[in-house]
Amino acid sequence: MELHDRREEKCKLRVENLSVFYGAVQAIKSLSLRVYPNEILGITGPSSGGKTSLLHTINRLNDRIPTYRHEGRVLLDGDDIYHPDVDVNQLRRRIGIVFDLPTPLPKTIFENVVFGLRVAGVRNRTVLQERTEQALRDAILWDEVKDRLNQPALRLSGGQQQRLSIARALAAQPEIVMLDEPCSGLDPISTLKIEQALWDLKERYTIVLVSQNVQQTSRATDRAAFLLMGELVECGPTAEMFTNPRDSRTADFLEGRFG
Amino acid sequence: MIPDQPSRRPRLNPEKVHVAAVVALWTTAGVTLAVLAAIIVFILVHGLPMLTPEFLLAQPESMGRAGGIFPTIVGTLALTAVALAIATPLGVGTAIYLNEYSRGGRAAAAIRFGVDCLAGVPSIIFGLFGFIFFVIYLKMGWSVLSGGLTLAVMVLPTIMRTAEEALRAVPASYRQVSFATGATTWQTVTRVVLPVALPGTVTGIVLSIGRCVGETAAVIFTAGTALRLPLSIFSPTRTMAVHFYILAREGLSMPHAYGTAAVLVITILLVNTIANAIMLRFRAGVT
Amino acid sequence: MRLREFVIEKLLFIAALSSLAVLALIAVFVFIEGTPIMLREGLGSFLLGAKWAPTKGSFGILPMIMGSIWVTVGALLIAGPVGVACAVFLVEIAPRQVADVVRPAIQLLAGIPSVVYGFIGIVVLVPFIRETFGGPGLSILSAAIILGVMVLPTVISIAQNALEAVPVEYKQGALALGCTHWQTILLVILPTARTGLITALVLGMGRAVGETMAVIMVVGNAVKLPINPLDPARTLTSNIALEMAYAAGAHREALFATGVVLFVFIMILNALANMRLRRRGSHR
Repeated sequence: MELHDRREEKCKLRVENLSVFYGAVQAIKSLSLRVYPNEILGITGPSSGGKTSLLHTINRLNDRIPTYRHEGRVLLDGDDIYHPDVDVNQLRRRIGIVFDLPTPLPKTIFENVVFGLRVAGVRNRTVLQERTEQALRDAILWDEVKDRLNQPALRLSGGQQQRLSIARALAAQPEIVMLDEPCSGLDPISTLKIEQALWDLKERYTIVLVSQNVQQTSRATDRAAFLLMGELVECGPTAEMFTNPRDSRTADFLEGRFG
Repeated sequence: MIPDQPSRRPRLNPEKVHVAAVVALWTTAGVTLAVLAAIIVFILVHGLPMLTPEFLLAQPESMGRAGGIFPTIVGTLALTAVALAIATPLGVGTAIYLNEYSRGGRAAAAIRFGVDCLAGVPSIIFGLFGFIFFVIYLKMGWSVLSGGLTLAVMVLPTIMRTAEEALRAVPASYRQVSFATGATTWQTVTRVVLPVALPGTVTGIVLSIGRCVGETAAVIFTAGTALRLPLSIFSPTRTMAVHFYILAREGLSMPHAYGTAAVLVITILLVNTIANAIMLRFRAGVT
Repeated sequence: MRLREFVIEKLLFIAALSSLAVLALIAVFVFIEGTPIMLREGLGSFLLGAKWAPTKGSFGILPMIMGSIWVTVGALLIAGPVGVACAVFLVEIAPRQVADVVRPAIQLLAGIPSVVYGFIGIVVLVPFIRETFGGPGLSILSAAIILGVMVLPTVISIAQNALEAVPVEYKQGALALGCTHWQTILLVILPTARTGLITALVLGMGRAVGETMAVIMVVGNAVKLPINPLDPARTLTSNIALEMAYAAGAHREALFATGVVLFVFIMILNALANMRLRRRGSHR
């Protein structure tokens, strides 16, 4: 009991009985999930299993979709993120997200990285520069771009653009970083760079890594959750789940029996 | 082989029909372009000899039979400036509201309907309205202000529609990234969406300049026909187009009419070239 | 921050309402000024009266209604086929480089001021008509030709949108069945784009009915019921523009009443066109 309570206290993000609907379509069915500080939680499963819907609910990006609605709660440090007093922009700064396709804004590399800081009202040049360097180093991109920070970000390669997206999310100094299939369009070398960056980052951040790729989930995460058709099938330490899945559907997926 | 059906008329060979049709279509398009070219060349050939610095910068004499057209150029610029100063914020604001804020719904549908209707209202109706509302009811008299406001109402739909088109062309992923990074809607609009949509929006504004410069029916009853230099926005004035209309219709001076027409046509050519250049650079930048 | 966002959203909403507000103002002011005389004279005798002598108290605008109809129909007889042909050319036939020249040219055609069209009408077209067909030259025919050219850009651009909206599969299907390109255009593409093409004509009609300055300069402006395209006539628009400068009292009201008729007619056309556009939109 005591042990359970301490875990409770340490829980960074808690999803409670979450159901998500887009119009008549239910994307997530009564899902409960915990994310602990300084871990990498992998979320895996076949496509349209509700992985992206979950991230967009936690980051409140779904607010802009008129047909969207949800039941259940999402708690960040114990506070409901959908409480009316919550400033949604502040919240999105605390929970960063990186999308599946590299999405540089049509600005310079520097302006891309500091975008989150600028909209948060940071004007101090030194702070902006320091954070840019730190974020680009964290995303293992600094050495490649340090001499051309004022060039358009659109000129970077796909792998660089995706690391830039990560740097942009990091520069705003979020507490949680969520990555939605960050390597889906990338070559193996870029993928490894990103995975390496994530391992280094978990000292300072809490990370949620959504990936359809079973190998990536096994390589790069501490705990893993398996989502199938909007349902959480199982969740546990990655090594345990991969060697000894409790549910036969998990086993099927890990062995590649879903499309 | 199936024998050909007997028919009274000899059957046309589809290939030949196709060739004939293509030739006809090329001809139609060619004639249309030729008409355009003929109009422009005709005006320029007759009008260019008139275009001296004196013609552009001198005061008119004896009702425009002699002298220059300077006051009408100033009047045209003043009216256009007033019109754009009013119509740009309203038009672009409407586009931003519809595309970035409203999520469909009845208000947005009603506003779109209003813009569509306004776009179809003929300029003479704008003239009537401007006369009764600005000139008479609001007691602004025949003035730069009345004329400019009337033109503003007239070009509002053009500016709004081009701005909305430009906003729509901005990839949704930019907005998503911006929101996800904690930007508010307004920050997203000003820092991400508008910079990308700017060329398209500016194109609409530039094309509106063309409409303001060429418009006659809407300004003749609102800005007046006074052939004096307008000294304030409350002075009456005569635009180039109105001046040209009066010269041509009352047969005051054909050379002066051609000269004024040449200035109008050159302005329109410039405006269209600029608009197209902006659009081309925009497209080159996107892809 | 949240307050600022709230205020900005409300300001933008107010800006967005401006179009509706202006439309309402136009309707209200033109109607307030124009309807009393219609009611005094009786709607029937106003719309169907053939005698227009505003200074002597006769307010019948039938000649102008007929003038507008003649001129508009004439303009559409030119702009309809030519406009659709140009749109087909641009969408289906023209190589990219040619289309890239033709499109801005047509945009330019739309940009040329109507007074310039009218002027070209006076100095070139009217003498030509007079010498070729007889009559005064200032005529319905002249106005119809000038207007036909003027509304071309409207017809072309909307017809073009309609043709571009035809799914590529339809075209591929027809070509795969062995149709020539022209047969495909005639039997598949044009029928599929039918609603959009009609919309193009309806909006072109709106432009033609509403055009003023070019028409004034070439149509002759005689108040009589036209019976021949070579006759001069007066349209609703030219009636307003010609007499507004000196009209007062009941005369001015009668001109605003002419404006009301024009406004109502245009709004009906717009409503028709928009309904068609919307319906087509919902299919996609």
